[in-house]
Amino acid sequence: MIIMQGIRKEYRMGDNVVAALDGVDIHIKPHEFVSIIGPSGSGKSTLMNIIGCLDTADEGTYIFDGQEISDYSEDELATIRGKKIGFVFQQFNLLPKLTARENVELPLIYQGVSTRKRRERSEEVLRRVGLLERMNHKPTELSGGQQQRVAIARALVGNPSLILADEPTGNLDSKTGAEVMNLFDELHEAGNTIVLITHDAKIAAQTPRAIHIHDGRVLEPAAESEVVI
Amino acid sequence: MQLFQTISMAFKAIAGNKVRSFLTMLGVIIGVMSVIVLVAIGQGTTASVTESISSMGTNLLTVNIMTRSVGGKNAMRGGMTASSNSKGTVILKLDEILELEQDESIAYVSPTCTGNLTVKAGSTNTTASVMGVLPAYQYIINQGVEQGRYIIDADVDNRSAVCVIGVDLAQDLFGNTNVVGNTVYIDGRKFKIVGVLESKGTSMTGSSDESIVLPFTLAQRMLESTTISSIYVSAVDSLSVDAAQEFVERFLYKKYQNESTYSVMNQTQMLETANETASTLSLMLGGIAGISLLVGGIGIMNIMLVSVTERTREIGIRKAIGAKRRNILLQFLIESVVISGLGGLLGLVLGYGLMHVLENYVGMSLSMSLGVAELAIAFSMGVGVIFGLYPANKASCLKPIDALHYS
Repeated sequence: MIIMQGIRKEYRMGDNVVAALDGVDIHIKPHEFVSIIGPSGSGKSTLMNIIGCLDTADEGTYIFDGQEISDYSEDELATIRGKKIGFVFQQFNLLPKLTARENVELPLIYQGVSTRKRRERSEEVLRRVGLLERMNHKPTELSGGQQQRVAIARALVGNPSLILADEPTGNLDSKTGAEVMNLFDELHEAGNTIVLITHDAKIAAQTPRAIHIHDGRVLEPAAESEVVI
Repeated sequence: MQLFQTISMAFKAIAGNKVRSFLTMLGVIIGVMSVIVLVAIGQGTTASVTESISSMGTNLLTVNIMTRSVGGKNAMRGGMTASSNSKGTVILKLDEILELEQDESIAYVSPTCTGNLTVKAGSTNTTASVMGVLPAYQYIINQGVEQGRYIIDADVDNRSAVCVIGVDLAQDLFGNTNVVGNTVYIDGRKFKIVGVLESKGTSMTGSSDESIVLPFTLAQRMLESTTISSIYVSAVDSLSVDAAQEFVERFLYKKYQNESTYSVMNQTQMLETANETASTLSLMLGGIAGISLLVGGIGIMNIMLVSVTERTREIGIRKAIGAKRRNILLQFLIESVVISGLGGLLGLVLGYGLMHVLENYVGMSLSMSLGVAELAIAFSMGVGVIFGLYPANKASCLKPIDALHYS
């Protein structure tokens, strides 16, 4: 599903060039549930942007779902994101003026799916996250956990190849956080590929596999237990 | 993409910010309203001027002769048949003028003389415009009588003390228009009213409804005008106007030997002059209103720029879940077009309302062509596109990661 080789990404800060990612090699197979863990400043956000096709690497090859992502235009990346990646953000990132259902339908609108199909799909995924009866509520009328579940429904609605979650439990209390993690487990069992980015070792420990990243490099799997937070 | 979806998104965004949207629209509303009303005023003026000119008939020729002409000398030297008084001014005789009617291109000829005299009926006293005419004048300017009769040849020959009165003047003097057979005193002299003029409304040359018409010969004496300075000529039909004009000009040149002494104008020339003036007026009014529409457009751009900044995060979310540049571009563009288009529609409605008020309560004559309404709407939407393009482009160019992390 994801093959990364020698990925480098540099940022210019004043006169200094900082390498956010310094030769990252990652291999994630389909149907895997992987967490990427690292402290802030480790480059995990940059890595997420590249995995999520929000940004492209300066060097190295990234093959996503059999497709090499390099030199794509912004619009081509947008198409890939819309069709193949479902995002779940720490801030939920729902549009406040739209209802839960409208938020869920949004990716399908950009894919040009018909109204009838959009309705069917959005109801299906909202049922799956257990929010069918609240689908006409606006995000402000929902609790944090419910908002995150709407966001997960939005990520699922397009049947993406990959669900990319960035600190999905970061803004939730531990109880609702656990509910969200359970939901991810269910999705994993249903066959979805999930990449979860976190700085929390406890969250990372709940996933079958964790990739540790530190100072822009992937640590050896052996170092899994000695990650410094 | 799904245009309908984008349009409904735009409406939602506008409805979500009603006060701001309305204030933004206000510029366009006022702009479109003023375009419509001002152009209607301009066109109304044009229409009423044109109407008053063409109601006199398209066959009409107007001859003006400058009195005390210097043409006398030339006439003397040339041995012309024109008689001249002791001061050397060529005098046109009534008979000579009537000879014009002999030409096959000319239907009617009537000299006129006008002046203001006091008119008295009972105890009511006023000053009115008095006009001396021949019977043919009624056919020349298409104004006959509503009641009674017009001036007839016998009146002119006998200098009879009869008059035909305008409806408004009759109303002023007698309180009604049923005045045939009544007596009025014009400049102290007793006149019998033999007819009431057809009402023609106010024209640019003043209202004939407030004037009084006398036999030419008598009017000349009362106004103490010995010369003929104004002649109305009508051609037999509109095709003969040019021939008639040429004939009259040739006749006058023979008399005066000097083209600057007289002028012959046909209605087409008068219409052209009037239309030129009126269209300049319309253009100027429309231009002023157009500027306000432009200012409205700048207001839209300003608000759209603010809106893009405010909604940076929304743009980031939309892009992350698959919106392409053109989706975002279209979204903001349609929003600005909807704002300006709605403003245009509201302006149109308010403009019609204002026109209604002006026509019915202020009594202005307005003329509204559908073309202007369409143009104003199209122009306001065009304003939306032009001034929405920059903010929309700015929004579409935001990078998803930057936009997502904007707070």
